[in-house]
Amino acid sequence: MADEVKLPADSFEPLDKSKHLDSEKIAAPNLTFMQDAWRRLKKNKSAIIAMVILVIFFVLAFGSAFFSPHNPNAVNPQYANLPPKWPGLNINGVNGTLVQAGTRVNAYQAAGAGAGVHYWLGTDYLGRDMLSRILFGTRISLTVAVVATAVDLLIGVTFGLFSGWKGGWIDNFMQRVIEIIMSIPTLVVVVLLILILKPGMMSITLAIAFSSWTTMARLIRAQTLELKEQEYVLAAKTLGESSFKIAFKHLLPNLSSIIIIQTMFTIPSAIFFEAFLSFVGIGISAPQASLGTLLNDGQKNFQFLPYQMWYPAIVLSVIMIAFNIFADGLRDAFDPQTKE
Amino acid sequence: MAKYLLKRIFYLLLTLFIVITVTFFLMKLLPGTPLQNQQKLSPAEQHLILKQYGLTKPIWQQYLTYVVGVFQGNFGTSFQFSDQPVSYLISSRIGPSLLLGTQAMIIGVIPGILVGALGAIKKNTWIDTTATIVSILGISIPSFVLAVLLQYFVGLKLHWFPIADWGGFAYTVLPTLALAASPFADTARFTRTEMVDVLNSDYIELARAKGLSKWGVIYHHALRNSLIPVVTIIGPLAVNIMTGSMVIENIFSIPGIGEQFVKSILTNDYPTIMAVTIVYSVMLMVVLLITDIVYGIIDPRIRLSGKSN
Amino acid sequence: MQSNETILKVNHLKINFNTYAGTVKAIRDVSFDLKKGETLAIVGESGSGKTVTTRSIMGLLANNAVVEGGSIQFHGKDVLKMSQKDLEGLRGAKIAQIFQDPMTSLDPTMRIGRQIAEPLMVHRGVKKEKAMSQALEMMKLVGITDAENRINDYPHQFSGGMRQRIVIAIALINYPEILIADEPTTALDVTIQAQILNLMRELQDKISTSIIFITHDLGVVAGMADRVAVMYAGKIVEYGTVDEIFYNPKHPYTWGLLSSMPTLDTHSEELASIPGTPPDLLDPPKGDAFAPRNPYALKIDTEKQPPFFKVSNTHYAATWLLHPDAPQVTPPKQIIERQKKFAEMQREAAAKNQHHQIEEEEEQQ
Repeated sequence: MADEVKLPADSFEPLDKSKHLDSEKIAAPNLTFMQDAWRRLKKNKSAIIAMVILVIFFVLAFGSAFFSPHNPNAVNPQYANLPPKWPGLNINGVNGTLVQAGTRVNAYQAAGAGAGVHYWLGTDYLGRDMLSRILFGTRISLTVAVVATAVDLLIGVTFGLFSGWKGGWIDNFMQRVIEIIMSIPTLVVVVLLILILKPGMMSITLAIAFSSWTTMARLIRAQTLELKEQEYVLAAKTLGESSFKIAFKHLLPNLSSIIIIQTMFTIPSAIFFEAFLSFVGIGISAPQASLGTLLNDGQKNFQFLPYQMWYPAIVLSVIMIAFNIFADGLRDAFDPQTKE
Repeated sequence: MAKYLLKRIFYLLLTLFIVITVTFFLMKLLPGTPLQNQQKLSPAEQHLILKQYGLTKPIWQQYLTYVVGVFQGNFGTSFQFSDQPVSYLISSRIGPSLLLGTQAMIIGVIPGILVGALGAIKKNTWIDTTATIVSILGISIPSFVLAVLLQYFVGLKLHWFPIADWGGFAYTVLPTLALAASPFADTARFTRTEMVDVLNSDYIELARAKGLSKWGVIYHHALRNSLIPVVTIIGPLAVNIMTGSMVIENIFSIPGIGEQFVKSILTNDYPTIMAVTIVYSVMLMVVLLITDIVYGIIDPRIRLSGKSN
Repeated sequence: MQSNETILKVNHLKINFNTYAGTVKAIRDVSFDLKKGETLAIVGESGSGKTVTTRSIMGLLANNAVVEGGSIQFHGKDVLKMSQKDLEGLRGAKIAQIFQDPMTSLDPTMRIGRQIAEPLMVHRGVKKEKAMSQALEMMKLVGITDAENRINDYPHQFSGGMRQRIVIAIALINYPEILIADEPTTALDVTIQAQILNLMRELQDKISTSIIFITHDLGVVAGMADRVAVMYAGKIVEYGTVDEIFYNPKHPYTWGLLSSMPTLDTHSEELASIPGTPPDLLDPPKGDAFAPRNPYALKIDTEKQPPFFKVSNTHYAATWLLHPDAPQVTPPKQIIERQKKFAEMQREAAAKNQHHQIEEEEEQQ
């Protein structure tokens, strides 16, 4: 079997050990956990697209506080219920015409609007510019959702950490509390809280936060229970670190991925609740707008002026979809085991 | 098992008691009275009405009366409809809600399981991608947006089903679909994740090594193991449906509890709000209890550890 | 028991995995054969391709695996070319497998009796009742105590050792010709390990099956195997009888493996280890894959893969050190001791043989 081919004379020189025994060297750069997650996230195209969409919506919604095409609250009865009109485009749906009693009429002419008047997404029943109102509404919806999630995070993480860290009867008691809260439908809790706090942005935010922290608390507690058995926590304890310091220096960093993922799932559910409550009529009240109230307004005469409902519905749905896809992507990036 | 059941029922009653107590005192904090919907009345007449509602007694007595009443099925009298006991209001409206909820649960969960399982089996194919997209849409698009879409396209444009109101089966189709979307999507996603996990497990590998065919492995080993955990999400799904029903019943003008709840909130009809809160909580707690018991029965690991305890 | 009939022949097997990072060349030209009734041990570090090799024999490769070349002949038929249906007929009937972790390899929601009986029902069409009674017999055979009462229990009611016995029962219920044991004792306590190994030896005698024993633990091999193949980075680097590998190893990698194994003879010195890690099989080195970790590496190791050099009729090793032109190297001290022992053993064997022959001659006379 031996190879009979003539080999060069120096083939059997021993290699210099010091030169070739370098396989202990790690060629790849050292990535932190977050860098590694980001690297994985970047590979997930849909998650990145979702993230870009979200950024655009956030920029538009919050930018509209400074640059809004019209005043979102400016009532203009003369121009009420005008359909969308885009300058220079003559396609049904965006040319300012709509079908009334079977015939297509030019609503802008009927309202006596000049050639220079165009509302990109039309106007509502009070002649307010839909585009401005949607931007305004998105801003409020997003604000409510983000603030509610932040409060939820604060309560949930604190509660979960404390419960998991303390253990024993304290943990037991705190878990019973969560169980009781969880066996009441969230919506009922939210409604009761809003009734007491009086409808408005503040109360809706608090109500959503107070009713949705339980999931976060449970996740954090479960993870804390696991983490506190880890050697490094034991080591920190042995070295006499205070519980407070251990929580901040050792537990929180290790809980960060769970917290981030859960937060990303909480935001869309908060958006949903806000829209839901506003849609039902116990959320944001006029003249303020949110995606929910806009939908509610639009739904009232969507048989005749469907565009008034389409746009808020589309914006709400797109934001929800983007958040959910992005959250999925983050989860896969942080926890590669769930995928594959 | 019996001990576990007793413990669970004890907690259920405790929770119920806490819910009743908390809602009662919360409602007492609120300014509304049965008088808010009446025209101007003389103080004597007002007192008479308040007395009728039992609102002249001290709070603790009102509370006792209420708690005792609740356990006898008496939720007081509606502020809004002053001649109607709340219990009647609810019992006359629970039918449509239960019907819609059950229908939505069935047409959400069963196709959800199928789609989720299929997605996992055909992982990374177009079937899986489609299933994933559909379930992302189902989770993301709020039920009330979907309801209005259905109303507009299927009802108004296609005339396949009535747009609103309550009559026969045809009237239940659109609201059921709108309600079912979210449980469908949740179930599909959950089942897919479970099934993917199961299909990657060692015992599936062993089943294949035994010489079972692909579908034999799925039928005999993968399905059961991935379906058992699906029971655990029935509770959360029920919450979804309850939440959804409030707005769906409104959109489709269905005389159910959800519609009544919204009405009561808007008219500050506290006795009804309290009653619906309690009814919703009881329904959820019962669903959670039943699913826990069912889970214990179908999962041998829990079943036997329960027995040995 | 052991005969010369070859029942499995793996020829120049090459398997790649397509991953998002590129193509991983997991198996790079592996050949070996398995004789009826023998135990072949495949030894190597994790990632050396042992498991992939056995999976390809079972036809259970992952979806992203591509067989680039070679064949696996089982009774003259190429397993790699079989239809899914034929493979299903093979698995669990002719070729069975025991997995590494008994805690996870049983279906948690199926009674164990049914799990053991399943292969019978699938392959032989045996009716459930009859299959269950055979399963009961098999449970007794693998040493599950109180089998009658436990046949309807679920896996979680058994200890790890008992579960591995159940897995073995499942594998053996159809009296397979080949049993692939993929690290069957790695997940078990040391005391249980010995029990399971004894059981496997015992059962091999009873039902005369061939065993492919995959392990990274050379210590386990000594008592189990007839022949040993040492794998490194997707290739077999040395193979021979158990004595040849243990006492007359030729490949520096085998030296490394043996030196890192504690024995009764290891005295005070620190246990040796092999420096470095196996190469990245996304981009395998041009020459000998072991060269970067090999203190005896030659220049040619970095340029050309070594072919197999014959040591004896049963013993081959792929290292340039065996080339006639290669310089003489001194293996680690431990290996020299082993080789001394081997020489002694051979002398003894020869003497015995002679003695034998003389006796025989005497008898003949």
